[in-house]
Amino acid sequence: MNGKAKILIVDDERIVRESLFHWFEEEGYVVDTAECGEAALKKFDKGKFDLFLLDMKMPGMSGLELLKKIKESDPGAIVILITAFASVPTAITALKDGAYDYITKPVDPDELAHLVKKAVEQRELKIENEQLKEKLEEIIKPDNLIGESQQMERIFDLIYTVAPTDTTVMIRGESGTGKELVAKAIHVNSKRKYFPIVTVNCGALAESLLESELFGHEKGAFTGAHFKRKGKFEMADGGTIFLDEVGSVSPKMQVELLRVIETKQFSRVGGNQLIKSDFRVITATNEPLEDLVKAGKFREDLYYRLNVFSIIVPPLRERRQDVPLLAHYFLNKFSTSMNKPINSISKDAMDFLIKYDWPGNVRELENAIERAVVVGKENSIKVENLPFHVSSNNVEDDASGKSLSAIERKHILKVLCENNWNISRSAHILEIDRVTLYNKINKYGLRQINQ
Amino acid sequence: MSIYLTPVKFSNTTLLSSVVEELSHKFKDGVKTINVDLNIDEAFSKEREQYFSTQIISEAIKKTNNLDGKVLILTDVDLYIPVLTFVFGEAQLNGKHSIVSVCRLHEEFYYERTDENLLRERTMKEIFHELGHNFGLKHCADWDCVMHSSTSIEEVDIKGNNYCKNCEREVLH
Repeated sequence: MNGKAKILIVDDERIVRESLFHWFEEEGYVVDTAECGEAALKKFDKGKFDLFLLDMKMPGMSGLELLKKIKESDPGAIVILITAFASVPTAITALKDGAYDYITKPVDPDELAHLVKKAVEQRELKIENEQLKEKLEEIIKPDNLIGESQQMERIFDLIYTVAPTDTTVMIRGESGTGKELVAKAIHVNSKRKYFPIVTVNCGALAESLLESELFGHEKGAFTGAHFKRKGKFEMADGGTIFLDEVGSVSPKMQVELLRVIETKQFSRVGGNQLIKSDFRVITATNEPLEDLVKAGKFREDLYYRLNVFSIIVPPLRERRQDVPLLAHYFLNKFSTSMNKPINSISKDAMDFLIKYDWPGNVRELENAIERAVVVGKENSIKVENLPFHVSSNNVEDDASGKSLSAIERKHILKVLCENNWNISRSAHILEIDRVTLYNKINKYGLRQINQ
Repeated sequence: MSIYLTPVKFSNTTLLSSVVEELSHKFKDGVKTINVDLNIDEAFSKEREQYFSTQIISEAIKKTNNLDGKVLILTDVDLYIPVLTFVFGEAQLNGKHSIVSVCRLHEEFYYERTDENLLRERTMKEIFHELGHNFGLKHCADWDCVMHSSTSIEEVDIKGNNYCKNCEREVLH
């Protein structure tokens, strides 16, 4: 038994209060007393006491009334009612109102000692159970949200800070950094986790489709609407709605979005019935929304409504120390799913992966490892297995030279890699013609691997 | 620290002698039996036919508060505190006064044969227990310790008849 369990004794008779006070004090409990319901409520704060012993008959607020008030504020509180006159109907009422037990004065000391001991143990088990659950929940992360870098630790901290609240979150970051995974991590660590997280890719849908997608539609609302359909906001009732690429939402839809997010009410397309939905909003964007606001392309009021709590997911090149961890994670994932005995990454290949800039971020790394596992013939991933079509010695580190030609060579190689050695596209980006680009490739001895 | 043993409505002189002897082994500063003229009639409840222990202690405080030591009242009468059907004894936590009743320590109370040895053992356990509270001890989790809580005669018999090391340190410091 925990000797520090806290008990509040409420009885209008001083003698009873004092007797019980001393008796429980000797038992090692922390005891406080109150002479009436009103005084008890003044001392009461949720979680302050583990157990309440209430006299049934008191002037003013009765024990039953006090029981109800305590249970309203702290449903987990353990309340034992004490009465001088046993009556079955009152006992039933007390138990129905959430009392733990009901005892008649005078009570056998053995009975009271065991009753209280059992009640406190039950309370402790419940609290311990909740704490264990919280500890378990602490480690819930979507599979791919991996990293031990300082930047990722900061992201995890932000997720755990904001998850239990209902605050609207905006996730910023380049494409492929894992914004959706961050949104999922927030959802699974929130009290909404038993309800769905509904993802809407706003950029992938035309305006008319987006409206129907978000709010649903009634049968016959438009051509092809043969059935009534629930929208994403309706499906997210109790859960979270994740609006990806929110920067690409049209001005008309921005007005609708703002209204729905503020009122949590909407109608299906082609319908009049007002539908209420309790959802949390998480958005993601890789666009500079502030610039869009300045340019008048994104509503300022919506921007402020969505950007309550911001999480910026760093690009992979800013957390290169996470590359080996991620690479091994993906290697394990793909070699297992493809049943291939590839279990390591050669030092050269790893050096290449760490030095590479990863414009496509984690998603690009994942694809690279998947391809390497597909083409790999040995137990270890080699540089040749990587899909960048360059040899490892073509990727130079910053110490390779400061001359203009060295920098030009590096830059051209980077653009070529980023564009899969598409000469026309690379030339266009470099703002030179194709012939000049070919000449530069020859001059610097650049070549595609596997060619 | 002296112990003042105060018999009130207590008739078993053999038991009293044994108690003094056993207490003297533990408390080297001396155990004295004193007669205090305590009127405990007002502590009697006609309804319950028991004496309210807290009230007896209050009476004792009035008469013996000048004594330097612990004052333990030993009585034959059955004791209670409101809410509870009975108590074996009561003590002021971190205080000077305590009371122990032998009423429910007799085997006869449970319709069994008289057992003087068992009565003495139980009485000593309860005296050590209440004195422990006077020395600031709360209930001990160790069943072998006399400071373990006992709310029934079975539990009095089960628990140990001496303080555990930790509790002993507090009592004899």
